[in-house]
Amino acid sequence: MSGGRYRVVIIGAGIMGLSTAWHLAKAGITDVLVVDRGYLCGGASGRNGGGVRAQFSSETNIRLMRESIEICRNFAAEMKINVWFRQGGYLFLTRTKQRARMLEASAKLQRDCGLETRLLSPAELRDIVPEIDPTGVELASFNPGDGVVFPWPFVWGYAKAAKDRGVEIATFTEVEGFATKNGRITGVRLVRTRHDAIVAEDRVERTTAAGPGPRLDPARTRVIPDDAERLEVECDTVILCAGAWSPSIAKMLGIELPNKPHRHEICSTEPLKPWLGPLVADLTDGLYFSQSMRGEIVGGIAVEPTPEGINQRSSAQFLATYARSLVRAVPSLTRVKVLRQWAGCYDLTPDGNPIVGRVDGCDNLVMACGFMGHGFMMAPVMGRLLAEHVATEETTELFARWNLRRFREGKLLSESMIIG
Amino acid sequence: MSAKVLLCRCEDVTLAEVEHAIESGQHDIESLKRFTGFGTGWCQGKQCLIACARVLAARVGELPLAPVTPRPPVHPMPLGMLASLGDAVSVDRVASERASEDEGER
Repeated sequence: MSGGRYRVVIIGAGIMGLSTAWHLAKAGITDVLVVDRGYLCGGASGRNGGGVRAQFSSETNIRLMRESIEICRNFAAEMKINVWFRQGGYLFLTRTKQRARMLEASAKLQRDCGLETRLLSPAELRDIVPEIDPTGVELASFNPGDGVVFPWPFVWGYAKAAKDRGVEIATFTEVEGFATKNGRITGVRLVRTRHDAIVAEDRVERTTAAGPGPRLDPARTRVIPDDAERLEVECDTVILCAGAWSPSIAKMLGIELPNKPHRHEICSTEPLKPWLGPLVADLTDGLYFSQSMRGEIVGGIAVEPTPEGINQRSSAQFLATYARSLVRAVPSLTRVKVLRQWAGCYDLTPDGNPIVGRVDGCDNLVMACGFMGHGFMMAPVMGRLLAEHVATEETTELFARWNLRRFREGKLLSESMIIG
Repeated sequence: MSAKVLLCRCEDVTLAEVEHAIESGQHDIESLKRFTGFGTGWCQGKQCLIACARVLAARVGELPLAPVTPRPPVHPMPLGMLASLGDAVSVDRVASERASEDEGER
């Protein structure tokens, strides 16, 4: 990459951008550049729990995720990479009456959409995971078709397949600004950085009992040398799918996004022999855990308040909160040791639904952000839809509904099955 | 020969695998870690990070200026011990949500 012209520039080499790039290339549009400020798997795509599920509370999400799961089933064969996909199901728990009623309604909708979701009493849930202590559980739901993948090879699989078809992927390449003319983006201004320029924002958080640490000073987390290479590329279409970083890039175009980054922490234990089938998620406190194909118990929990802004540092508060909730759910894990913890950013919107589609006033900008911590599992199907949208320029009903303009028009949507 | 040299003993990563990863484009230490899995096991890189960084530096001709991000807890810790830290450090959202639901029913 040394300047030049591209049909499509994709900002963000996370799973969303790479899936879209691959689908574009497959449809014959290979003149595509994907840029990322960091390295592959450095953002949320490499930091999530790898859950892939169709148990949602809205019909749209249920149907989209059915397709994503189908893609996951065929991914290894098609992409020639092992993504360690395992369909052990998702087991949702609720501990309050109100949440139990919401779970009942969601399960009914899921069955109407063709899922095999079934509701389980506290006693019945032990048929699925005998190790769970059902005390205090109101109701559970189980869909055997849900599963988990190992996120890293999923990212590499799309990256390699896209590159093999001619897509260019430029990591450590950050967007500094845009050239615009008559409400259209004509060029993207880029700067090449080094890997050590971005690590500071990922350092361990110092405070614990007193809550989250102070907000990071952006000036101290970025180190771009004065002699860094700068260049501008011309383009027909820009796709912005930079996850939690999307608002700061949209701002360069004068576009205010309502998204907020939200730190979410995860940890992983020592490996155990296989014993846990499903991913277990407790909708009351946001606890979730599953067993990876490496044998580790990987899980997280919601911890409030989180520090404002982009923050990928780990906290002791998370570890203590997670351990307390996990040991309550599965008492026999008491002596199992935690090996590592890390953090990533959810990209949250005010109504729990993503922002997808073209932006009014900026004709050739396509947005794909605000995926509420579900971006990874949605990317296999969203990449196809985004590529079709760019190739045909046709707006589907879904893209109209998920458009950014709904916040201006006050037509908000809903989704209640969000973990964390 | 390099297929028999272990750089990361916890995750069984050999010198040959690290060399292959660098050849396939993993030119920074964080990407190399993710691609090979070195440093993600029991010792969390305490034994292997320097060895892998040296191989990387020799191949790309540039020493990484920062190590991989260290992941807490620095030493493996049992869940039960972490759980016992209690209210001083942790938050029990189930208890608070139950309490507010009970309040609503009264």
